[in-house]
Amino acid sequence: MTEISAPAETTTSTAAATTTQLRPGELGTNAARPDGVPKVQGRFAFANDLWAEGMLWGATLRSPHPYARIRSIDVTGAWKIAGVQTIVTAEDVPGQATYGLISHDQTVFATGVVRYRGEPVAAVAADHPETCRRALAAIHVDYEVLQPLTDPEEAIAGTRDPIHPDGNLIRHQRILHGDPEATGPIVVEGTYEIGMQDQAFLGPEAALAVPDDDGAGLELYIATQWLHEDRKQVAACLGMPEEKVRLVLGGVGGAFGAREDISLQVHCSLLALRTGRPVKMQYGREESFYGHVHRHPAKIWMRHHATADGEIIKIEARMVFDGGAYTSTSPAVLINGITHAQGPYRCPNAVVDGFATRTNNPPCGAMRGFGVVQACFAHEGQMDKLAAAAGVTPVEVRLRNAMRTGDPLITGQPVDSVAPVERCIRETDALPMPPDLAADADVLALPGGAGRTADRGHVVRGVGFGVSIKNLMYSEGFDDYSTARCQLNDGVVTLKFAASEVGQGFVMLAQQIARTILGVDEVMLDTIDTQIGSSGSTSASRQTWMSGGAVDAACRRVRELLFESVAERYGLEALQLAIQGTDVVDTIGSLRVPVAQASAGLQLDETVEYRHRATEDLDENGQGNCHVAFAFVAHRAVVDVDPELGLVKVVQIATAQDVGRALNPLSVAGQIEGGIAQGLGLAVMEEIIVTDGMVRNASFTDYLLPTALDAPTVVFSLVEEPDPQAPLGAKGVGEPPCISVTPAIVAAIRDATGRDIHRVPVRPQDICLA
Amino acid sequence: MTTASEPEIYRLTVNGESHDVQDAWLGESLLYVLRERLGLPGSKGACEQGECGSCTVVLDGAAVCACLVMAASATDADIITVEGLAAADGLTDVQTAFLDEGAVQCGFCTPGLIVAVHHLLENNPSPTALETREALSGNICRCTGYGRIFAAVDSVVASRAEQNTA
Repeated sequence: MTEISAPAETTTSTAAATTTQLRPGELGTNAARPDGVPKVQGRFAFANDLWAEGMLWGATLRSPHPYARIRSIDVTGAWKIAGVQTIVTAEDVPGQATYGLISHDQTVFATGVVRYRGEPVAAVAADHPETCRRALAAIHVDYEVLQPLTDPEEAIAGTRDPIHPDGNLIRHQRILHGDPEATGPIVVEGTYEIGMQDQAFLGPEAALAVPDDDGAGLELYIATQWLHEDRKQVAACLGMPEEKVRLVLGGVGGAFGAREDISLQVHCSLLALRTGRPVKMQYGREESFYGHVHRHPAKIWMRHHATADGEIIKIEARMVFDGGAYTSTSPAVLINGITHAQGPYRCPNAVVDGFATRTNNPPCGAMRGFGVVQACFAHEGQMDKLAAAAGVTPVEVRLRNAMRTGDPLITGQPVDSVAPVERCIRETDALPMPPDLAADADVLALPGGAGRTADRGHVVRGVGFGVSIKNLMYSEGFDDYSTARCQLNDGVVTLKFAASEVGQGFVMLAQQIARTILGVDEVMLDTIDTQIGSSGSTSASRQTWMSGGAVDAACRRVRELLFESVAERYGLEALQLAIQGTDVVDTIGSLRVPVAQASAGLQLDETVEYRHRATEDLDENGQGNCHVAFAFVAHRAVVDVDPELGLVKVVQIATAQDVGRALNPLSVAGQIEGGIAQGLGLAVMEEIIVTDGMVRNASFTDYLLPTALDAPTVVFSLVEEPDPQAPLGAKGVGEPPCISVTPAIVAAIRDATGRDIHRVPVRPQDICLA
Repeated sequence: MTTASEPEIYRLTVNGESHDVQDAWLGESLLYVLRERLGLPGSKGACEQGECGSCTVVLDGAAVCACLVMAASATDADIITVEGLAAADGLTDVQTAFLDEGAVQCGFCTPGLIVAVHHLLENNPSPTALETREALSGNICRCTGYGRIFAAVDSVVASRAEQNTA
């Protein structure tokens, strides 16, 4: 390090410039994704694209019954098929026979009994996927079919024998807050049903397991949301120390909650260890429907008591979430549901009872919104009833009750996050309305599109509102943290973390943070794997806050070291130094030296664990500071409906979202529009149909996802009030977009038709036969 | 799969190059052969029944789902995959627009959509909003809600129109 400094006038002018404009790629800009170019070229390696020399294919045999006893499994037929290398069942699991995120109650392979249609029973490895298919068909399992438990109310009532040693009730929690006897002149109630939604990420589950030469460990390339949690569960089931199981993130084709639980991780690893060869597994779409958890179907009764002006006095609710056969995250989903029952509104009194049940239906767990989607559909239906009873508009009733920073939840926890609920509502309300449906509108623009027969003359338009509150990060005392490492070597920054990039763009955000904090342009990203501490899950809208916080803190520590080095070199105080653009500058002197020069010859290396503040468990009355922070959003839906045919076209969604601070506005827009499409799907299209425990539509032909023709126009406004608790001022933006859009669409359908609709997805018969 | 006793060879023309496919099970889809035998994993499989468009390729000028085409039936066809759109490591205007407009998140649907957009704009250089939506309605994207994808199409249409008038 030899040179210094630029003339003083340059320093001044540059300093002025840096206060007004951002360098490309910094926080606040639409920085490019580092994985963008390979993704548009088709060169990005998703987990499904991985390949290894000598690789075998793995496949899973699944139960055709929702509930059955296994009398015997005969694999001799499968062994006779040329190309089959190994066959494994429950007795071949070397370690723990079960796994699970919260409770280890789910079997790697069914042991004696199957509890849902699709439960894994055996797996094979062979030289070709078609060989695998034939081998699975040749395994004979003798089942004694049992009567499945499919009604959550039977699980609650305890009228059926336990279908699992842990019983038929996964969790029960009540909330008692304030005066349970309080009432008011307005009382409105309703029962709301939410169907089972699938995350339907595009890239099906996939992994490649490569055994170590000595057979004592392995490397697993896996599309997941949480590498370290996967490793913990996989190692336990394999009976191996965790350090022998190394996980590397395979390219992830979307997640939305469905990759938080184990799917093929243990199976694939086991097949590789048994054969001593790399094994690749990938699910097809049908198997994907069986291979991951879904959004809980729920039934919610709610009663609101209010003043004559429509101010909420008390809510009562009974909320039933069907968890299906295994626990997954049901206990946490339930707590999210009941603790968000009031919505983003002040509510002094509450009596809420919540149940997560175990049945022989498909297991349910995490999906974007995580319990709050269900609660919001109910409380927003109630708000519209309340508005009608009070004789005010849906917007007005929401404004009168809008929560403010500091208001308590029904758990007693004060909402100390920035809570711009009123602003979200007003800004949403102020966004422009779409033009009227043209008299000569193209059939593709009509409800039902070209394939249906809506008549322009029958189409009516409706408008609806929805507002929501969503907790951010993990709750109930979970030790939630993220680890990040920042190295600055000769002017080159390298970041390492284990945060799963599932499409949301954390890889881009991490680079933006480093550019901003350290004044560099080039930021290298190390492999995302388990060779560093956990970053926690890419879920709960938490990575920007948590792993963003960790990367930010690691970069700041490196910057301190850099400043100390520069200060020592030039006889200054480190506190005088700052980064401006790509330079280290003396804020009270004339020193200006490029970061690349200042760091030449230095090897700075800092690893940080970032934790959010501790949370508490709920007590028996559901009281306690169980959540960390909250984000808010409002949605307005405009729909066209043909009431006679029951067809709906969602025309426009307007939304104002509390984002804290938009760190990459284009990515925020992508989260908003994408979340809205998923909320629209739940409102009018998407449902896993389950009858007697059997999934009836496990395909993209029968499970309908929003297409380009279904996507509404989206107009939005970002409410940027940086949250002082958030490391970067930014709140997670992933979940809020998909929450209150669903009730807003349903409210708009009610507005258009005058019909009482209280379940989603809204089917044609729910409209025309209401 | 043991196929040593099936010495069939057939030939596919992909992105202007001729490829021999040897000793393959004849039941394999074009998608499987592209991905697993020809080293062209850009086409993605997400539904196996022609619903999602992730495997969209252009076959003799028509956009098709490679998962629904038997590879051995495509021997006389000219096949273009996402890997064949741009020269060498470069990007087409559509690929650049997808990046600039934020149309890429997880990226699994992206290659199929890029092929579909190229195909659309070759056949209809200035589609209406509704025509774009219809042309892309066979390509499911679960991340973006399509808004940024429409923005990317609009941007390519505008810049191509500008070039043509310049």
